[in-house]
Amino acid sequence: MNGASAATPAASVKLATKNLLAAPHPYPGRLIAVEGIDGSGKSTQLLLLDRWLRARGYPVHFTEWNSSRLVRRSMQRGKKKNLLTPTTFSLLHAVDFADRLTYQILPPLKAGMIVLADRYVYTAFARDVARGVHPDWVRGVYSFALRPDLTLYFRVPIEISLERLLAGRAKLKYHEAGMDVGLSSDPVESFRRFQSRVLGIYDQLAEEFALRVVDATGEIPAQQKMVRKVVQEILRDYDSHRAKGNHAVPIQAS
Amino acid sequence: MPSRSKRAKTWYGHGLPYLTRKRLPGHLIAIEGTDGVGRSTQIELLRPWLELEGYAVSNTGWTRSPLLFETINDAKAGHQLTVTTFSLLYAADFADRLEHEILPSLQAGFIVIADRYMYTAFARNTVMGADPAWSRDLFGMAMVPDLVLYLDIDVESLIPRVVQGKGMDYWESGMHLALASDMFDSFQRYQSSLIDEYRRLSQEFGFIAIDAKRPIEEIQTALRMHIADYLKLANPPRAAALHEESPAPSFRKE
Repeated sequence: MNGASAATPAASVKLATKNLLAAPHPYPGRLIAVEGIDGSGKSTQLLLLDRWLRARGYPVHFTEWNSSRLVRRSMQRGKKKNLLTPTTFSLLHAVDFADRLTYQILPPLKAGMIVLADRYVYTAFARDVARGVHPDWVRGVYSFALRPDLTLYFRVPIEISLERLLAGRAKLKYHEAGMDVGLSSDPVESFRRFQSRVLGIYDQLAEEFALRVVDATGEIPAQQKMVRKVVQEILRDYDSHRAKGNHAVPIQAS
Repeated sequence: MPSRSKRAKTWYGHGLPYLTRKRLPGHLIAIEGTDGVGRSTQIELLRPWLELEGYAVSNTGWTRSPLLFETINDAKAGHQLTVTTFSLLYAADFADRLEHEILPSLQAGFIVIADRYMYTAFARNTVMGADPAWSRDLFGMAMVPDLVLYLDIDVESLIPRVVQGKGMDYWESGMHLALASDMFDSFQRYQSSLIDEYRRLSQEFGFIAIDAKRPIEEIQTALRMHIADYLKLANPPRAAALHEESPAPSFRKE
């Protein structure tokens, strides 16, 4: 815990937070997450993985960072009026994540499905810390998160990600470029500096949390081949359980 | 009692590392107590008194942040919150008010009267079943109040007040916890647990407890006495003259 005891006369009980990220989850499904900076190509790779898994008859559920309805209004209001601070930015994303964990990640995992997550808590650990929140604080905030069975980290140099983003659309998004951090008034320069910071943190997280690093500079099909190979490995055990009928076969999504 | 003898403000945990150090000559006074205990009535009476004494006063209250209040209201209306999202939303609301109201007011030398503080979140989250250590981690970004005044009441005395006042409310009765199907029974059980938790926190954090069963005027007198005591210690008579030379109180990082 923290400074509480220093400021209080009564003996403060030292409480230890349960950290679910530290151990494998107990559910019959599988949780696969992709991580990487904007423009790393992770969403493309996840989409291709999704297609492949579905074609092979796996029950798949897809969920994406910052997509819950719960905080959409606050997030839009905050971004539009520039009300967000690094801390509220972080907490709103945590609300989004907690909401999706309850309604979109846990039920399919319990039902034995494969959950594909486009970004996971490591996004918060990288971006929010790059914005200035304390790394221990943000880890504490997300201590209720389950550990994925596999997290693929798509590693790409800044210049390549910039090239990809600028080719696809005319301009960089305000927060994507880290304009709120005030590193530069030029969006491209701000992106470079902010995302370099994020990239540096991701590299540390890859070690800390044993993320599977994928070289995201290569050709799309070659990357996908490698992704499918790694996924196949973690599904070997799942397949044998499934063959024994050990988990519920979910009803086809409507 | 927190920081009675010293003027430096302390963070509860890691604080807000991205903020630059600034002098905070104001005073942060939190009024805690359960729903319907009379906090707002007392705060309304404190303000004109402090202003007569020459202090500028700023109020801040739970769920009043412009960033979050709509989302919290919507979510409550839809009853779709979990313990985790509920806790995180309130933490976000708090952080928004901390950075946009509380810290700027303290910097400007105001007395900030907070209608509820992080302790309310600790009590509620614990009663709802959240990991108490996790709740505390969330509020690592908070600033420790200079003074916490706790309006203490037992549930038997609280019930007639609430019934005669604004009536029992779905959330204040803890109906979301499905403790009982009847609102009255639920209120009794939920509020008893909350009060137990507040009393435990009062011990742990050294609140100044004030018997809230007494008439409004007597409670007000007690509050004023404690605040006056605090202000006397915080601003010794000669300090005003010496102020310019004395070292600036600043954020103290733990």
